[in-house]
Amino acid sequence: RSGAKLIAPLGCLVSRQKHTLPDLPYDYGALEPHISAEIMQLHHSKHHATYVNNLNVAEEKYKEALAKGDVTAQVSLQPAVKFNGGGHINHTIFWTNLSPTGGGEPKGELMEAIKRDFGSFANFKEKLTAVSVGVQGSGWGWLGYNKEQGRLQIAACANQDPLQGTTGLIPLLGIDVWEHAYYLQYKNVRPDYLKAIWNVINWENVSSRYATCKK
Amino acid sequence: MSRDKCEVLKWGRVTRAARFSVLGVAAALSSRSVRFSQYPPAGAFCIVRQGNVPGTSWLLFLIDKDYFCFFSSRSGAKLIAPLGCLVSRQKHTLPDLPYDYGALEPHISAEIMQLHHSKHHATYVNNLNVAEEKYKEALAKGDVTAQVSLQPAVKFNGGGHINHTIFWTNLSPTGGGEPKGELMEAIKRDFGSFANFKEKLTAVSVGVQGSGWGWLGYNKEQGRLQIAACANQDPLQGTTGLIPLLGIDVWEHAYYLQYKNVRPDYLKAIWNVINWENVSSRYATCKK
Repeated sequence: RSGAKLIAPLGCLVSRQKHTLPDLPYDYGALEPHISAEIMQLHHSKHHATYVNNLNVAEEKYKEALAKGDVTAQVSLQPAVKFNGGGHINHTIFWTNLSPTGGGEPKGELMEAIKRDFGSFANFKEKLTAVSVGVQGSGWGWLGYNKEQGRLQIAACANQDPLQGTTGLIPLLGIDVWEHAYYLQYKNVRPDYLKAIWNVINWENVSSRYATCKK
Repeated sequence: MSRDKCEVLKWGRVTRAARFSVLGVAAALSSRSVRFSQYPPAGAFCIVRQGNVPGTSWLLFLIDKDYFCFFSSRSGAKLIAPLGCLVSRQKHTLPDLPYDYGALEPHISAEIMQLHHSKHHATYVNNLNVAEEKYKEALAKGDVTAQVSLQPAVKFNGGGHINHTIFWTNLSPTGGGEPKGELMEAIKRDFGSFANFKEKLTAVSVGVQGSGWGWLGYNKEQGRLQIAACANQDPLQGTTGLIPLLGIDVWEHAYYLQYKNVRPDYLKAIWNVINWENVSSRYATCKK
């Protein structure tokens, strides 16, 4: 209020915004019996949390390497950024793609697009299932939007490779097929996990992502 | 099926006509099978001695690359005896585990070992056989596109079979501790100390992003030990040239039921069951 206060104690020091683990929009047990509470808890509070922490560490180091113009260091940090950054992106999308009130089939524009680009919802479901089951090793099955060609497309990504960063497709619906996503419940039988997950797909979320990326 | 080793005594060729007339008189099919150390060419015949049974020889007619006709001969007359058996190409099979599923507890649980061996490894074996069958057809037609499209299945399932076959022998309920003799000397020479080597292989295995394996391998060209990681089921030798000595499976199915997301705890535990005799013997073999 007087000149003096302009010199008032400095404001807070704000560091670069760190990435944080998003809350799950539902309880760990909410997707049972399709995905067990034990899996959801480990998956969210351990696996996703680790990606977030390691991403922050990698970004800090990258910031220093950038400041020094150290290209070698930057390049050597790329795998950590892609892996942990991709893991953070992918899981953040994934939690919203699922819902205890999910399942069934989409409606409206998304359904129309699915019929147009895959022939029928059944065809699309079969294709995304096959692609997801067929991932060799760890990875994700994706329904994505090809903005250039204005159509939906199914793709698989290895490990935590983020869909948009590596293929340009905009992610709408992801199916995590890393073993940690299903093993405690389905053991080696990935197809059973795929059968079950269709019961908890949050079509409202997928539709809203579609509406956003079409603009 | 019996898998007696066959020693080839003599090769010859038969004409196509002779083959079919022999086939024409074949009356019964036996189900004995034989494995050759060297694949004979189609259209050939050979006289083989089966196993160590003296006086037992078989006259073998090859109909094509895969199908054989056997004629047993204990006496001259029997050379024309109408026995025959059709034997298809040897398929890959799931090797037995050299110990019980629960033998590696508490370091690796029985549940993991049972799923890992009887489900995961078994699936690689089955899918490898399917892929090789399709590849055989593609080869026969000279269809390169089909061959290339089959490569991932062969690499993945073939690598899975190779890797796990080595892995089961790398582990033992009486394992652990440290290696001795030549292998230990080589480890000290190439890594400074056993502790250094253990730390390095652990770090490489823990650090695999996604599914894969950590390996101790032998670089024959440079005559030294080397640590490497492979993604998915990529086989070490096929992709890097290193000869596999000791593999650590870090696919989540190898540890998740017991160690959940804490891969480092699995790594700590597995050192207790490493079969150094097996690793040493692999080293001795590849150094020749």
